[in-house]
Amino acid sequence: MAYSEKVIDHYQNPKNVGTLDKNSKNVGTGLVGAPECGDVMRLQIEVDDATGMITDAKFKTFGCGSAIASSSLATEWLKGKSIDEALTVDNMDFVEELNLPPVKIHCSVLAEDAIKSAINDYRVKNGMDSIKFEESVVH
Amino acid sequence: MLKLPIYLDNNSTTPMDPRVLEAMTPYFLEHYGNAASRNHPFGWQAEEAVDYAREQIAKLIGADPKEIIFTSGATEGDNLGIKGVYEMYASKGNHIITATTEHKAVLDTCKHIEKTGGEVTYLQVKPDGLIDLKELEAAIRPTTILIAIMYANNEIGTVQPIREISAIAKKHGVLLFTDAVQAVGKVPVDVNKDGIDLMAFTAHKMYGPKGVGALYVRRKNPRVKVTAQMDGGGHERGMRSGTLNVPGIVGFGKACELCMQDMEADTKRISKLRDKLETELMKLEEAYINGSTEHRLPHVTNISFKHVEGEGLLMGFNKNIALSSGSACTSASLEPSYVLKALGLGDDLAHSSLRFGLGRFTDEEQIDYTVKAISETVLKLRDMSPLWEMYKEGIDLSKIEWAAH
Repeated sequence: MAYSEKVIDHYQNPKNVGTLDKNSKNVGTGLVGAPECGDVMRLQIEVDDATGMITDAKFKTFGCGSAIASSSLATEWLKGKSIDEALTVDNMDFVEELNLPPVKIHCSVLAEDAIKSAINDYRVKNGMDSIKFEESVVH
Repeated sequence: MLKLPIYLDNNSTTPMDPRVLEAMTPYFLEHYGNAASRNHPFGWQAEEAVDYAREQIAKLIGADPKEIIFTSGATEGDNLGIKGVYEMYASKGNHIITATTEHKAVLDTCKHIEKTGGEVTYLQVKPDGLIDLKELEAAIRPTTILIAIMYANNEIGTVQPIREISAIAKKHGVLLFTDAVQAVGKVPVDVNKDGIDLMAFTAHKMYGPKGVGALYVRRKNPRVKVTAQMDGGGHERGMRSGTLNVPGIVGFGKACELCMQDMEADTKRISKLRDKLETELMKLEEAYINGSTEHRLPHVTNISFKHVEGEGLLMGFNKNIALSSGSACTSASLEPSYVLKALGLGDDLAHSSLRFGLGRFTDEEQIDYTVKAISETVLKLRDMSPLWEMYKEGIDLSKIEWAAH
């Protein structure tokens, strides 16, 4: 199966690989997937308390090229967005941007889950309720 | 000069040896007769060529030429051998013993037989990929008619103790079928010394053409018969109807002759390269060889690189190196290799595996390039892997409750 150029580019030059301090109050961490499934994504956001804006985002991913590309793209999209805006990122956005084939849709779902999970982690740390999301359809 | 891409997927298929192609060519354009045409020179030439190939093939496996039944490949050979015995010996029993690490062509054939009322025992393998001979013997029932155990595994190269298996089969009056696709032409296979009653193998795994294979069917001690699975002109002693693929068969014969002639030298050279590849890659942290290293084909290795995913790993170099992974991220099921799982590997290690199949045309420069490319990619992906980071922090990954996915 051939990968799209965008997937290859993110795979070869991943953006924002790294680790933020998960104990910091400003950092939200989402760890989704499972080693048995062949994908684990860890997405971290750093949020400016005063403005609610995401100032930094980092990822580390165990998975195929599409999973790596989806998480790399997620960090690019998140930086500079407010938390509320970040919540509107949908898995189909990844599918379209990266031209993911049907067998790779689960990678995009995982990226969306990682964003939501990171936001919830940040919210809980800062005394807010965690948001309940509907189950993603494709798993 | 190193020519890219490098082919290290010889367990999937091998390139044709140019000498094989050369032998085949006249049988497309000049000697195009049907080997079953008895009344003119075109038919005679074709028949002669087929007979000669049958001898070349029989010689490689220590058989009589009359014991070679041509097929379209090993999948057909597996089907004909197993279903053919099941139907032919129905009055003696309906039980077959096989193993969980067999090729799909064997496993799915057995599943088909189960649906039609047969009984099948699937033996588990030990962590090194070998079956347990005591378990095999204990699984034999009065109704057992066939043991179907592969000679060597296609993913990990593990070679089963075929002589011990055949001794058990003989002791209990049970026939032994073996899928020897990966072994014939690579290691010495002798149907008499090994005690094999039926054996499927194919040309395209031994530098011959695709689309032609053979089923060895023993004619003496005991005389074995299989029920044909295709009806037609009664070719191949009535066991396999269909016009013979003459150029393919000629190529198959030549490929066998070359394997016989070159096996010793090829094995020596290729196993040295395999060992170098393995030694160099095992210098990486948390790398594991899958399957027995003692009872193994000389040209195969299967290595898991913990905390990197196989398909992601392949992507780092698959434009330049052709390899297979035990990870199946592309399949809808996301199930990793059932063979690796049968060894008791966790899904994580199964997802992290690469299968290397070296061949007659592999050279040292290719191995050096491969070692470098894979090592670099593993290190790069580990830097990117949350699992590797956790492992380095001393976190026990098995204790983490992973989010359902």
